[in-house]
Amino acid sequence: MLLSKYLNTLGRYLMLMGRTFQKPERMRMFFKEYIKEMSQLGVNSIGIVLLISFFIGAVICIQMKLNIQSPWMPRWVTGYTTREIMLLEFSSSIMCLILAGKVGSNIASEIGTMRVTQQIDALDIMGVNSACYLILPKILGLITIMPFLVIFSSATGILGAYGTAYIGHVLSPEDLTLGLQHTFNPWFVWMSIIKSLFFAFIISSVPSYFGYTVEGGSVNVGKASTDAVVSSSVLILCSDVFLTQLLS
Amino acid sequence: MIEIKNLCKSFEDKQVLKDISAVFENGKTNLIIGQSGSGKTVLMKNLVGLLDPTSGEVLYDGRDFVAMSKKEKIMLRREMGMIFQSAALFDSQTVLENVMFPLDMFSNMNLRERQQRARTCLDRVNLVEAERKYPGEISGGMQKRVAIARAIALNPKYLFCDEPNSGLDPKTSLVIDELLHGITQEFDITTIINTHDMNSVMGIGENIIYIYEGQKEWQGHSKDIMESTNRKLTDFIFASDLLKQMRAAVRGKE
Repeated sequence: MLLSKYLNTLGRYLMLMGRTFQKPERMRMFFKEYIKEMSQLGVNSIGIVLLISFFIGAVICIQMKLNIQSPWMPRWVTGYTTREIMLLEFSSSIMCLILAGKVGSNIASEIGTMRVTQQIDALDIMGVNSACYLILPKILGLITIMPFLVIFSSATGILGAYGTAYIGHVLSPEDLTLGLQHTFNPWFVWMSIIKSLFFAFIISSVPSYFGYTVEGGSVNVGKASTDAVVSSSVLILCSDVFLTQLLS
Repeated sequence: MIEIKNLCKSFEDKQVLKDISAVFENGKTNLIIGQSGSGKTVLMKNLVGLLDPTSGEVLYDGRDFVAMSKKEKIMLRREMGMIFQSAALFDSQTVLENVMFPLDMFSNMNLRERQQRARTCLDRVNLVEAERKYPGEISGGMQKRVAIARAIALNPKYLFCDEPNSGLDPKTSLVIDELLHGITQEFDITTIINTHDMNSVMGIGENIIYIYEGQKEWQGHSKDIMESTNRKLTDFIFASDLLKQMRAAVRGKE
């Protein structure tokens, strides 16, 4: 019964994606929406990404210094572990989990409200492919902006780590720099970006599905918003395991 | 002209529409009336393709809408305009942008021409002064008028209105009725209005279809209602004592 429900949901999601990934009726309108979504979903998230990344970078650095650093460890270990954690997991996976809450609920409630107030019906009756018009710019907009968010997040996290060195005097900036530069593998940056592209697709498409298929009123919009955040978070975590295995 | 033939619609084992046949002529305000839950909205959704009928035909000037491919349906929908009960304006767009939306999507006009056309439509509904406002900043009656302007922007051949007067005061309802009636005659379009409003029924109903428990119970002009002996229709139309007395008075004078 439960399996049949999940398969049914998956089928409906794939059918919606089939309707979404079609040629837009008017490219001019598509680009207008695409730019708007990049701004709304991506640019408007920069503040929270920078804030969280700065403090998490600082906290990771302090924790590493306090719990791992010992006379038996090299001086660079704190900087090295901070860099690896920020680059490999925080800036891609954890940040996308945070964005699943912010952006996912935003998308689900926006599209869900459009559904219950018949705005989507209005689009359909005009002869507009409502799925393509509403969802495609969100997916492509977030996928476009996500690599920049990942890079900003990593950079700000490292800045936070330097904050603990210069302001908190937890470790010396030279040791931190040494650790950050130690056996740096550029592929990890690409790995982080590739993972974030998959997560961006999940964050934008799953809440769009929940919003688009809402039936009823405001209570159902709220429920769809919650379901969207929970589902996209679980999907991010599951796909993170596979992607990490695949890309490492 | 829109013609429906033997239209049936069921949801699982519940039959909501039972073998309805009717003709909606162009240049006339066609009204669908009936009690809540009688199947009016389901009938309209079948007409515009938001629902697929279980059996029967919907003919738009002889073209069978039910049998059309998805692409053909989309093309035909561009000849339709619809005014929803909630107006269904796009919240994130201004009044002018809402009216320009169908033009942006489907016309080959340049920006200036599109703005010009949208302003002409807004002028037709006396709302040019509100063009920069957002839907949330204007009244319900104004929202309905914007929805009318948006619906006529592409010169539709068919106009559908789902309870356009709901939530409006009698005076504003009258304005909306006059607008819809005027537009129907001016552009010679086929207008179908789904309504509960008795003022609309008596004021602009040129071809009224009364739906009772999913079946077509009565069809005629508003003038024929006074003389009708159909008990189900008269019980619905003259539900209040006041209306019953008015009817008796009118019949007494004659």
